[in-house]
Amino acid sequence: MIRGVIVMNDRGKPRLVKFYEFQPAEKQQELIRSIYRVLCSRAENVSNFVKVDSLFGQDVRLVYKTFATLYFVFIFDSSENELAMLDLMQVFVETLDKVFSNVCELDVVFNFNKVHTILEEFILGGQVLETNSSEVVKTVEEILKMERAANSIKVVPSIPGWQGR
Amino acid sequence: MTGPSLMESLFQRSLDDLIKGLRLSPPGVEAAFIAKSVDEIRREIKSTDSQTKATALQKLTYLHSLYGVDMSWAAFPAVELSSSAVHSHKRLAFLSASLSFNPNTTDVILLLTHQLRKDFSSSNPHDVSLALSTLSSISTPDLSRDLTPDLFTLLNSSKNFVKKKAIAAILRVFEQYPEAVRVCFKRIVENLESSDMGVLSAAVGLFSELTVKEPRSYLPLAPEFYKILVDSRNNWVLIKVLKIFAKLAPLEPRLAKRIVEPICEHLRRTGAKSLEFECVNTIVTSLSEYEPAVKLAVMKIQEFLLDNDPNLKYLGLQALAIVAANHSWAVLENKDVVIKSLDDVDVNIKLEALQLVMAMVSEDNVAEICKVLISYALKSDPEFCNEILGSILSTCSRNFYDVIVDFDWYVSLLGEMSRIPHCQKGEEIETQLIDIGMRVKDVRPELVHIARGLLIDPALLGNPFIHKVLSAAAWLSGEYVEFSRNPLELMESLLQPRSCLLPPPIRAVYIQSAFKVLTFCIYSFLSSGDDTSYPSELTDSVLKGDFQESSDTATITPISDTDLDDGLNPRSSHQPTKCVSTGNGEDSVISHEQESSASLKKQQLTQKSVMDLVNLVETNLGPLAGSHEVEIQERASNVLGMIELIKPRIHSSTDESEGDKIKGELRASNMMKLMFDAFSEELGPVSVSAQERVPIPDGLVLKESLSDIEAICDDIKLPISSSFSLVRSFSMTDANTIHERPSKEEYEPSSESTSLLAEHRKRHELYYLPSENKAMISNNYPPAHERKDLAIDEPEDLVKLTKQSLDLRKKRNQAKTRPVVVKLDDGEGAHIAAKKPELNDDLISGAVREVLLGNEAASSSSRSKSSNKASKEREKNELNIDRPSESKMDVTNTVESEVGHGSSRRRKHRIDGKEKKHPSSGKEKKEHDHKDKQKSDHRHGKHKSRQRADGALNVAAQSSVIPDFLL
Repeated sequence: MIRGVIVMNDRGKPRLVKFYEFQPAEKQQELIRSIYRVLCSRAENVSNFVKVDSLFGQDVRLVYKTFATLYFVFIFDSSENELAMLDLMQVFVETLDKVFSNVCELDVVFNFNKVHTILEEFILGGQVLETNSSEVVKTVEEILKMERAANSIKVVPSIPGWQGR
Repeated sequence: MTGPSLMESLFQRSLDDLIKGLRLSPPGVEAAFIAKSVDEIRREIKSTDSQTKATALQKLTYLHSLYGVDMSWAAFPAVELSSSAVHSHKRLAFLSASLSFNPNTTDVILLLTHQLRKDFSSSNPHDVSLALSTLSSISTPDLSRDLTPDLFTLLNSSKNFVKKKAIAAILRVFEQYPEAVRVCFKRIVENLESSDMGVLSAAVGLFSELTVKEPRSYLPLAPEFYKILVDSRNNWVLIKVLKIFAKLAPLEPRLAKRIVEPICEHLRRTGAKSLEFECVNTIVTSLSEYEPAVKLAVMKIQEFLLDNDPNLKYLGLQALAIVAANHSWAVLENKDVVIKSLDDVDVNIKLEALQLVMAMVSEDNVAEICKVLISYALKSDPEFCNEILGSILSTCSRNFYDVIVDFDWYVSLLGEMSRIPHCQKGEEIETQLIDIGMRVKDVRPELVHIARGLLIDPALLGNPFIHKVLSAAAWLSGEYVEFSRNPLELMESLLQPRSCLLPPPIRAVYIQSAFKVLTFCIYSFLSSGDDTSYPSELTDSVLKGDFQESSDTATITPISDTDLDDGLNPRSSHQPTKCVSTGNGEDSVISHEQESSASLKKQQLTQKSVMDLVNLVETNLGPLAGSHEVEIQERASNVLGMIELIKPRIHSSTDESEGDKIKGELRASNMMKLMFDAFSEELGPVSVSAQERVPIPDGLVLKESLSDIEAICDDIKLPISSSFSLVRSFSMTDANTIHERPSKEEYEPSSESTSLLAEHRKRHELYYLPSENKAMISNNYPPAHERKDLAIDEPEDLVKLTKQSLDLRKKRNQAKTRPVVVKLDDGEGAHIAAKKPELNDDLISGAVREVLLGNEAASSSSRSKSSNKASKEREKNELNIDRPSESKMDVTNTVESEVGHGSSRRRKHRIDGKEKKHPSSGKEKKEHDHKDKQKSDHRHGKHKSRQRADGALNVAAQSSVIPDFLL
């Protein structure tokens, strides 16, 4: 099972935080800080897996990868395959790239809800449901279209500005 | 729209504005900005305009998720918004709920039940998926119970998009409400045959989660999984199926045999590294007895190890570590890569490599491996250096130093390890030094030698982590001084002025050890004059050792026979010159007075050196008698006190007449003998539980001995009575009564201080611990319950204990010793009992078994064409019956009966529970209770009318869980 997905920048600021088991807000911040400390200490071009038993319990590990200024982190337990997680992360980033056409940190910063929507299409309750990025792009676009249609009646769109990018 | 709300919506900050504001605010002001924004949100969220509310909630969710702002107060607005007709509002509300609701404390969750149900039945698949995702995040037992029927419907949805999400969401529902398994399980199993990859993958994923917790229940599904393993070409699905088989195979050897070939086939065929790795993993964890498969897996591991990708290398090492448990050849084959990996830039890889290297350790290669590792430790960064040292220490000490044959070597390795600059393992090394000293008699001479080397090493004093090792070294050199080649040098190293850099507790050990060495030296000296054979031999050896030692120790200038009278050791030059000169003067006097036989010459030299020694101790410890540290001061005073007693005796031997001299020496030697005997009692290892097993001897009357002490001691020494608290632990009742009487009758009236204490207690009753036991009144200290355990366990305390009463020492000597490594035959280092399985998992698997075994029975019966109709009916019945069986009574029954029982017992209890409901069902069923693969019992219990029909099925069911077409 996937325990959590975190995206943070290279200075430790979280950009996307999703835990699949309830964690109180303070605990979340603490976990993010601990993870950031671990990631900082790692050299470049080393393996992407880190054991985080001390933070999450037995057999839990994380896989991380840096894309430009962002760390992507998946936290998972022994019922997931390490390399598959790495692949999934790649697909997730690809999808962001497609949806935001050439994704950068600002896209993730300003599209809080949209990124969550995308993530939700991949993982539900810690279970991986989709591994195909174009399927997800299709679904997400459907949802956005639906929202836009509903919003066009309204004065203020709920997620303005960055949608067009 | 009313005025204010229009104003609000027009001038409300959007999430974008909030984010921009956050980005612009300088680091220190951020918190203030957030606080201000939250205030705004608090106002806005009360708005009647749903758009305003939604934006407020969105902002708050953002702040909660990324800045840790509390939003538990905003749970209700989220519930309100979730019913919005606008999909984006609904999405916002559900996202907010799933990010912030705590299933245990957020009570408005229940208010969502209706909305979720409504969304489940929505025609818009995105609404359904949103609701499912929310349910999986916030599911509570109540919510799960109420929504189970709706999920059951969704499992049959015509839209695969919805179906797969329902399957994924149901995992959380099972966890919260195990009864749901009975309702939904069958539909999920059906999906294992789905042609849609998404649905199949979700179903397999669900089972892989479920099998982790209690694999046995899912054995009956093996045929379905096997089919997927053979047919599927989807790597994701295959990985999950492999995960399942990795759990199932160890339970059923026939299954393992069956799946080996397909797995190897995948391993050969696939190009995907993830699947490859999963196959390898499955083989090495669960199929390790299949030699060809393991060979193939090891071959793949080799490929991984040689790959440039650090990830593959890391995973390869991990897999290798698993193989190592059963197939050490695999590691040896890859020895070079593993050793080289110790030098990798990647900490992960280094750690894995280290673990593997330790797995290779055996009696034959331990020295070689440790040598390599130490060389790596020397050039590594501090952290990894200590990892290496730690694993050497734990591997070598495993199972009472199982792999160590040459203890001399190991002890010197410990010394070497302490000298590594980064070493922080002082405590472990200390423990092992003392432990080995007590357990392994033969190594003691070497230990003392090493200990002295450590004591005089100036580098060690500078590393605070190593102070513990020095403490051990000091203790060893005091305790085993008789093995020392030169006790005088030992004394000097114990008294070196730099030891004042050490923390007081460790200096106290130094002083106590100096005491022991002094006692030993004087005793040997005195008794050698008395013709007592044993110590004189010792003295001889000591003297011989003296010559050897001084010539082979590099730091010491060689001493020839001729300059022996010129101070024993060059380093005595740090003594005040006066001391040396008096020694010289005396020496010349002595040499004229004594006859010149070889033996006497030796003795004469000893006499001089003993005087030197005494003076040395006196000069060095003298100032410490005024130390502020109680431990140091007291110990120093002890030594000085003894010197005062002994000194005239030694002096007298030089300037009194022959007869007086002998007399004086005799008295002195008697006294020294007592001291020496006290210190030469041998300490052995004692198991933690040893003291509990010591029965109170019949003849022991504790009351009398207490009154004796009372007579002997004045009240200053009264704290001694606290040592009797040890007695209490033997047997609480006995000890209590014994304890009570003396305290009432004798302590109180006799001792002033205790009565004062009692007085004080009377006045300040409030601040005292309540005590029924009147012993408390007389005891200056509360009885130290824990000390018993600690004292035996901790080497540190052993050090202290040597200085404590002799009674204790007698006790520890009762431990049995064995020639080489002393082990205690009881549960030394006993393991803690395995933790109890989670209750919920039991419930799930219990339900699963019930459903699955029901299926099994049904299918076998249909195959045998018997009562086909009846079995179908039963299936139907089951669903109908089970749904009402949500009734609390059933649940509580199972819960009550299941706590703390194994699975077979559990089953029995469960049946008992059922039987209460249907008292008419017969007792005969209990016959089947222990049989593990027993199936239809539950159903038996449920319906009396079915009993006879099921009889035949029972027999068939017992034979095997997995149908024969697979095996």
